[in-house]
Amino acid sequence: MIELDTVDRRILRALVQDATQSASALGRKLGLSQPATWRRIKRLRETGVIAGQRLDLDRERLGFGVSVFLGVKLATKGRVSLEDFERAVSAIPEVQTVEHILGVYDYRLRIVARDIADFERVLRRRIMALPGVGDVEANVLLSEERRPGPIG
Amino acid sequence: MLDDLDRRLLRHYQRDPGVSPSELADLAGVTPATCARRLSRMQTTGVIRANRAVIDWRALGYEIEVSVRVTLDKSQPRAFDEFGEAARAVPEVVEVQTFLGRVDYRLAVIASDMTHYRQIYRTAILTLPHINEIEALMHLSRIKSDEVLPL
Repeated sequence: MIELDTVDRRILRALVQDATQSASALGRKLGLSQPATWRRIKRLRETGVIAGQRLDLDRERLGFGVSVFLGVKLATKGRVSLEDFERAVSAIPEVQTVEHILGVYDYRLRIVARDIADFERVLRRRIMALPGVGDVEANVLLSEERRPGPIG
Repeated sequence: MLDDLDRRLLRHYQRDPGVSPSELADLAGVTPATCARRLSRMQTTGVIRANRAVIDWRALGYEIEVSVRVTLDKSQPRAFDEFGEAARAVPEVVEVQTFLGRVDYRLAVIASDMTHYRQIYRTAILTLPHINEIEALMHLSRIKSDEVLPL
């Protein structure tokens, strides 16, 4: 675990807004030299604090009008290998995220679809056909906001 | 409207958002000038909102992530707004989502360990307004998290 100072946190917040800005542009904004900014960004990447980059697209404008979070309970625990389920569910293109969780459900999936009818198709033909799927609970996403978290 | 070339660029860009503009042009088989023009247009029209750094909270010592799922007391007309506003003020809340379904709100809460989580849960989460039911799901692992759209 690494400690961040105030400047690191400001750099991190700026890169979460826009990861494509150069070290010199970012340095100018923060009143730092280009080499100093570059060194700090390099450290944030090397220590894994910045795990990568993500393209933030307008899903609706690309034709994906519906996002659904699906809680999935495996029906036959012990008989179905978790690895088999994880591999099969991760291969479905409409499944954006797969999380293994502890609680009412075993897995939490984020699914995109063109509309509710399209979601029904994904659910019936793809998800319910997976090995070991038991109860599912669907919640349709209405709004979503990523917060700056403790670095804010 | 987007054409096939736009979609091809987005497919490659989504898979590897860290590529340079010239690498992206190569991947999509277009000239750097065309690539730059198309990307700039998609940014102007808002199809591409941003290219964001992804923070790994574990690297900062936040070992625990919990999904807190809440149903609200809907007899209170301002329940949705007031709950959302209060939840956004909790620093350890990294995601706020609203749903149509059994769950009204989901908060992603991070903590350094179970003791820290228990403290956040008691002092900052359970004290949020208008909670009717609340349940917590502990994250064990992320199997897939690229959030790539099937374009």
